[in-house]
Amino acid sequence: MKTTGFTAGQNASLVLLRVLIGWHFFYEGILKIYNPAWTAKGYLLSATFLQPFFRWLAGDSIIQWVDTLNIVGLLAVGAALLLGLKIRWAALGGMLLLAFYYVAHPPFPGFEQGLTEGSYWIVNKNLIELAALVVLYQFPIYASFGIENLFSRKSDNAITE
Amino acid sequence: MKNKKNNLFNLSRRDMLKSLAGIPLLGSVWFAGAKTTVDAKREREFLLEKLNIKASPPPATGPMSGSPVRLGIIGFGIRGEQLCRALGFATTEWLAEMKEATERNRHDTRLAEFMDQENLNVKMTAVCDVFDVNAERVVRSFSTPDNPVKRFATHRELINSGTVDAVIIATPDHWHAPMAIDALQAGLHVYIEKPMTHNISETYALRDAVHESGKVLQVGHQHRQTQSFLAAMDVIAKKTLGHVSLVQTNTNRNDDNGAWQYDIHEKASPETIDWNLFLGTAPKVPFNKEHFFRWRKWWAYGSGLSGDLLTHDYDRINCILKMGIPKLVTASGGIYTHRDGRNVPDVLQVNMEYPDFSTGSSQPEGKEKGMTFVYSATLGNQFDRPTYLMGHDATMELGNVISIYADARSTRYADMLKEDRIDPEIPIYQYNPMGNATDAVTSATAKYFANKGLLWTYRDGKRVDSTFLHMREWLSCIRNGGNPSCGIQEGFEEAISAHMAGLSYKLNRAIEWDAEAQKIIAKPGEDLDAILIADQEKVMA
Repeated sequence: MKTTGFTAGQNASLVLLRVLIGWHFFYEGILKIYNPAWTAKGYLLSATFLQPFFRWLAGDSIIQWVDTLNIVGLLAVGAALLLGLKIRWAALGGMLLLAFYYVAHPPFPGFEQGLTEGSYWIVNKNLIELAALVVLYQFPIYASFGIENLFSRKSDNAITE
Repeated sequence: MKNKKNNLFNLSRRDMLKSLAGIPLLGSVWFAGAKTTVDAKREREFLLEKLNIKASPPPATGPMSGSPVRLGIIGFGIRGEQLCRALGFATTEWLAEMKEATERNRHDTRLAEFMDQENLNVKMTAVCDVFDVNAERVVRSFSTPDNPVKRFATHRELINSGTVDAVIIATPDHWHAPMAIDALQAGLHVYIEKPMTHNISETYALRDAVHESGKVLQVGHQHRQTQSFLAAMDVIAKKTLGHVSLVQTNTNRNDDNGAWQYDIHEKASPETIDWNLFLGTAPKVPFNKEHFFRWRKWWAYGSGLSGDLLTHDYDRINCILKMGIPKLVTASGGIYTHRDGRNVPDVLQVNMEYPDFSTGSSQPEGKEKGMTFVYSATLGNQFDRPTYLMGHDATMELGNVISIYADARSTRYADMLKEDRIDPEIPIYQYNPMGNATDAVTSATAKYFANKGLLWTYRDGKRVDSTFLHMREWLSCIRNGGNPSCGIQEGFEEAISAHMAGLSYKLNRAIEWDAEAQKIIAKPGEDLDAILIADQEKVMA
């Protein structure tokens, strides 16, 4: 065990970031699980990059697995980040999901953007959220506001290794 | 184990609470997400239950069992070839082209779809085409060792040869009715391309011939098989739209193919084309390749926008509303986009009046009655204008997909609009039989037809050629009895309405239908048939 040496403010900021991302993932997962008609098929078929791969994922034999894994992934990552449990694993899982979303519809110049609520060039919100998860992976603050805190002998401002 | 417990107990009460603070957050997000989704679903179900629109596919047509139906194809041009493919006969050239297309692009499913098509248990035994190249393609491609296809010089020889049970007529318009009448009188079943007839009097003669022969006649308006149109019929039956006062249909094309500038075959010559037979009753003119391959551009053989494309839109709406022949038709337009010697208009606006028609009303009795059907066409712009059926309570956008928008001033939906349960900007009903299917439609003309439900439709989410379904229905009626969806009554209404539009254009005046006498009203001494097929743009009285 070693202390992070962060101030309370720095610590709280990292926890806030973790909770917000967890919130977002979990909500997306819940919406999908309560809507049986939901499927990633349209998103995958309309991919503008690596189309053969995404079309394959959207195939009749695979799409059910893709949908299930996506929902389970969103819920697991979201719950872990919200609760403060296995943060590094959750961050990795979240990064993987976001990388898929980003690569399927990347905001590259000359690529069709479809419906977006803002204007993007190479960088969009998926990429920023992914980068935020990189930060969480590097600074997985368990201390305070996190269940993992219960299972380890750590004081405030601790970082697990 | 013991150690962990100690850790737990060693935490202060404050630390304990902080550690578990994520749980209520998780619960809140869960609850919010579940409530949003479930509420939205409940609203949706409430609305769907209220509208109660049935989008079920039609019952499948009967079995194709028994001895094969022997078919003769009369006219193997662009459309004739497509019709034969729907029946399961593709030319060697087409198969080679599709094989190459599939190798170039593995998402091109045209060949696979053709191969998957159900066997309709038919035999192609005879062909008649005035152009040697076309007739020889049929003989070469469709003949099998035990079933050679025989070529006949004239349609009468084919009909009386005893080798066919039914014929498919895909000739220029001026030959449709004479051939169909001859075939019916010889006891054959007929599939006839649209427009059903080229003039008024033969429309009546053909109707008589069908009734007298008792044989099955199907007019080639294959969109009647489109699944979304069947849902649209239920929309009308449930009075979802209220009183429809205006129907707006359109044709927008902007390419030479769409303006009937078809290719002229290199082998075309007086030696390879029976020119006099092509002309038939049309004015005698010297051999002219352009007239032969681009016959749709002249009133002598075709009927321009009013017969060729208006009929599609008219029949699509007649299939849903069953409004029949209009009381009054006015048409105007001109030759504005293709001044190449044609005499049929390339820009045409047609208004058809139905003063006594109603789709039902949600308002006080007697307030609403009457409807205008508008057809607006240009061959010089391809901006996609949807078909709209506009009612007091809602508007239906009609294509392969159906969308219904409640009207902000609707009477029927007033309460739900007031309670904000309905937003006029968001469809209250949407029907997409395609589900998640994606189509690799390429050409502009193909897209135009596909959007109108004219190329293919869907059964159980699978793309099916609507012409195939239309042919199958015709063959089922021949084998198992029953009435085809576009029989002689529907064809009669289509032809008369189109001829009224053509006459109005040529005469620059409104044309009226006498419903009681079942006749188009002519001025004394006026020969409407002569005016309609006169090979000139306008006929001044």
